[in-house]
Amino acid sequence: MIKVNYIESDGTKREIDVEEGVSLMDAALDNMVPGIDGDCGGVCACATCHVHVDPEWADKIAPMDATEDAMLELTDERNENSRLCCQIKASPQLDGLIVHTPVGQH
Amino acid sequence: MTETVVIVGGGQAGAQAAVSLRQERFTGRIVLIGDEPVLPYQRPPLSKTYLAGELARERLFIKPAAFYEKVNIEHMLGETVSAIEPDEQLITLTSQQTLHYDHLILATGGRVRTMPCPGADHPGVNYLRTLADVEAMQDKFTEGTRLVVIGGGYIGLETAAVAVKHGLKVTLLVARPTPLGRVTSPEVGKFFEDVHRQAGVTLCCNTEVKAIEDDAGDGKTAAVVTCSGYRVLADMVVVGIGLLPNVELAESAGVVCDDGILVDEYGRTSVDNIYAAGDCANHPNPIYQRRMRLESVQNAVDQGKTVAATICGKDKPYAQVPWFWSDQYDLKLQTAGINSGYDQAVVRGDIASRSFAVFYLLEGRLLAVDAINRPAEFVVARNILSKGLSVSAQRLRDESIPAKALAEVTDAAVPETLATESTAPVGANPSTQSGVKAAAQSKGVNHDRVA
Repeated sequence: MIKVNYIESDGTKREIDVEEGVSLMDAALDNMVPGIDGDCGGVCACATCHVHVDPEWADKIAPMDATEDAMLELTDERNENSRLCCQIKASPQLDGLIVHTPVGQH
Repeated sequence: MTETVVIVGGGQAGAQAAVSLRQERFTGRIVLIGDEPVLPYQRPPLSKTYLAGELARERLFIKPAAFYEKVNIEHMLGETVSAIEPDEQLITLTSQQTLHYDHLILATGGRVRTMPCPGADHPGVNYLRTLADVEAMQDKFTEGTRLVVIGGGYIGLETAAVAVKHGLKVTLLVARPTPLGRVTSPEVGKFFEDVHRQAGVTLCCNTEVKAIEDDAGDGKTAAVVTCSGYRVLADMVVVGIGLLPNVELAESAGVVCDDGILVDEYGRTSVDNIYAAGDCANHPNPIYQRRMRLESVQNAVDQGKTVAATICGKDKPYAQVPWFWSDQYDLKLQTAGINSGYDQAVVRGDIASRSFAVFYLLEGRLLAVDAINRPAEFVVARNILSKGLSVSAQRLRDESIPAKALAEVTDAAVPETLATESTAPVGANPSTQSGVKAAAQSKGVNHDRVA
């Protein structure tokens, strides 16, 4: 199990155990993390699972592809650490990862 | 006294309405009634990754079972509502149980259009709408199976794509001159026709089915007979020829329907305290200034949110750019907007490269885009449509301008204030329930059905 920390804009922190290979969106839905909707089911088609990856972890995550980059343009509050978390799969090197859910998604 | 919201329909719209009611801080009772014996799930993967066996069953569900308990949403699954009594604000289930409602949301969705030809009851004939439908056909989804797909819409094409990748021998019969003929242009339809042929699908356009025969009289092999006289043998037939909105319950309660349950921009029907959302709801779209009924996740989700907000006394009229997607082979088709009535199709990029976008315009104004492996064009079109920006055909065609920059307000674009004015919702006055009634009585209502 890989520990992932979801932090809401009000500071509420949830530490969730995620199975290797499961996306951070699926893990968020399974654990009822507010602010992550995943309307398209995780196929990078809706941009409703936007997170800001904690800057300390930015280098450890596989870079985004062109689809994700384009879809992020639909989100408010995009910054250099923005990702769609349906595209991030839990892996051992992400154990302890911290992601923040944007204000606008609550 | 605690209010009760009853939601009829356990699909994407019904589930969203339930979730959104809690997000809008509705504290009363919520009862979600679904006629399928499972919790609300996503339908799009049924003809894509789930059919392909690439998605675990539990990943289909919109929310885990624990979610409904935690936020106190009651669900009654495998139950059908047989009647609504609007004067009493009561519904009756087929089990004879009755339930009182203060607000009733009809998210009854649709059912597959069945093959009208003789022999359509052959045991080899399948439809693809529900989880049970897919699970019933998965046994035969093996290499070498002869599959005939009837219908060139999203369901037919996606099924054919998954099947041919799994080694089935696939014949796809399309009634129109090109696949996706109802929702896209001949250019894009022809592109998908070529893609499927290259992948090994035997694809026949302009081909209607006259009958389905039992080839050996043993209920095993079906023979699909076309109007032009071909006879195609099949171990399995999958029919994807569209959806019929489930309006009968609403109609029997006196709710006005016309290609769907008529609602206003707040999701209200012609009857007090009854709302509708999703595939079954025929609604006004202010961006296109006409009524439409849409069969899509986006529409189900956004209308679910709208009716929840209305019930909670919030003013959130529905005014969304419709969007759709389809995954076939290595291709992601993303559509924003509705192209019906376009007078110009502008191709951006090289179709042969399998990465291009077709923008549809009417009198110089953008109506829609089909983006094939071009997510940036899809995104920019959504922005242009939602903000009412103007963009010229010449600019859209010009690949030296990055897709992202197409939406920038330039000399080719009108100021946003003007654009906002021109896309004002139908009737500046807050639409009332009589607005729905009036629309129903009007013969001039344009109600294209769009998948």
